[in-house]
Amino acid sequence: MTWTINEPMVSIRDVYKSFGAFEVLKGISLDVMKGEVICIIGPSGSGKSTLIRCINALNDIQKGSILVEGQEVNDPKLDKLELRKKVGMVFQQYNLFPHKTALQNIMMAPVRVLKQDKAEVEKIARELIRKVRLEGKEDAYPGELSGGQQQRVAIARSLAMNPDVILFDEVTAALDPETVGEVLQTIKLLAEEGMTCILVTHEMAFAREVADHIYFTDRGVIVEHGPPETFFSEAKDPRTKEFLSQIL
Amino acid sequence: MRTTTLKSVLPVLLPAKAKSGSLFSFRLKLWHGIILLCICLLTSTAGFAQSDPIKASVFEILLRWMPLLLTAFIFNIAISMLAMGIGTAAGTVLGLGQISPNAGLRKFCWFITQFFRNSPWLVLLFFAMFLLPFEFSIGGIDIPLPDWLKATIGLSLPVMANMSEIVRGAVNSLPSGQWEAAESLAYSRRQTLWLVILPQCVKRMLPPWMNLYSILTMATVLASVVGVSEVMTTTGRALASEGGRPDLLAPFYSFVLLIFFIYCYPIARWTVYLEKKFAVKG
Ligand SMILES: Nc1ncnc2c1ncn2[C@@H]1O[C@H](COP(=O)(O)OP(=O)(O)O)[C@@H](O)[C@H]1O
Ligand SMILES: [Mg+2]
Repeated sequence: MTWTINEPMVSIRDVYKSFGAFEVLKGISLDVMKGEVICIIGPSGSGKSTLIRCINALNDIQKGSILVEGQEVNDPKLDKLELRKKVGMVFQQYNLFPHKTALQNIMMAPVRVLKQDKAEVEKIARELIRKVRLEGKEDAYPGELSGGQQQRVAIARSLAMNPDVILFDEVTAALDPETVGEVLQTIKLLAEEGMTCILVTHEMAFAREVADHIYFTDRGVIVEHGPPETFFSEAKDPRTKEFLSQIL
Repeated sequence: MRTTTLKSVLPVLLPAKAKSGSLFSFRLKLWHGIILLCICLLTSTAGFAQSDPIKASVFEILLRWMPLLLTAFIFNIAISMLAMGIGTAAGTVLGLGQISPNAGLRKFCWFITQFFRNSPWLVLLFFAMFLLPFEFSIGGIDIPLPDWLKATIGLSLPVMANMSEIVRGAVNSLPSGQWEAAESLAYSRRQTLWLVILPQCVKRMLPPWMNLYSILTMATVLASVVGVSEVMTTTGRALASEGGRPDLLAPFYSFVLLIFFIYCYPIARWTVYLEKKFAVKG
């Protein structure tokens, strides 16, 4: 099956996921077109992280279908490594490799996994450092960087693999308020360049600004969704209203 | 005997709090050495005043035997280093087996580890002495297996088991985010292990590994029980050839303790230093 650009880049259909007897996702469906930015919001524990971790097969699912560029993720024969070359991920806790410098963190996967030429990768990595505005921090270790700086290295590290879509799991939730802005700025830049982004976030103003579509999840289901213009002003479900009133 | 796995991981997880009654809790202190030095000097010189002038003084006798004792001690060091090398290599393999995705291999390595970790070292030594052949042949060539080599292999068994636990504990002590980050960058399991996980583990493993070495060094005297000519055996022979004088016992044995202390104490200090350094930096 070949995927065409008119079809969703990521297509999630009726996905169920349990941890043991505990059902976390109860029939989730959503589509993401190429170049789209979607935001998933919802109370803590509603299964947002679980959902996006299913997209790059960090979690497996029990039922349903996840297509990434036409490739079925819920397939025991899936080549996870091939899938993950297309799907980048940035985590709440940055998860940089502490024994490597910023530049090495960015270069390692393209050199070791994609077997690209080292000099070529270094050039790209230095450009990415500039892009995330960390010139001069190439040789700093993660421990020497602020949270916001580490998170921007993590974004650059993900970009270095040249993915088609990037998953962001509450990437500003662990940051000091003063460094949240610089990370959001970086993500906004990517969105403007046409990168397909799936974001889990609590930053409502940001979601309203960059998202093409917003999904509100609660207890494993999508309660309500829509484009930001209508989502925030015309929320109908009481759960959405309550959540928005608490957070806005 | 330690049977709970939780306790066995503790020294690795919490290097600074390793006082859980485990193998790793023993720590040499400077006053241990000072007391040994005092005993050695006092007992070897005390006899001076009243001793028979014809009989050589205790101190002179000790001085005469010192070169031989020190040479024998070097043999202990050699055994300890070789056993440490074998044990570290085998233990690393075993430890990696304990975290293998293959459940069968994992259980097997866990069992081997627990078996050798919970057996007394002396029993393992006898086990090696009597079960290993005195020679074996590879491709028609007979290679002798002298007693000291058998003893070394016997001592490397508990080192292997403890090393296996050190490796397992260090790998498990890393945050799972490190695995996830590597996986989501399309690293294979092997690449994750060798490029991301193990390099970070080396630092965490160093203090407990050095502790293990200290304990092994002190355990090399067990080889005297099976007749290897190491420092304890040599001391016994020296005492016998001096006619078994009871006034020689304390100075000779405290001298042996003292040289062990002089060798092991810097290692213990260095371990403490590394633990503190890594505890701060994380
Ligand atoms: N590995 C896991 N094992 C068991 N339960 C889990 C696991 N990961 C998440 N959960 C549970 O699944 C639910 C949803 O978690 P998560 O997806 O992290 O929510 P969110 O990101 O929306 O806060 C939570 O109740 C959480 O405790
Ligand atoms: Mg979450």
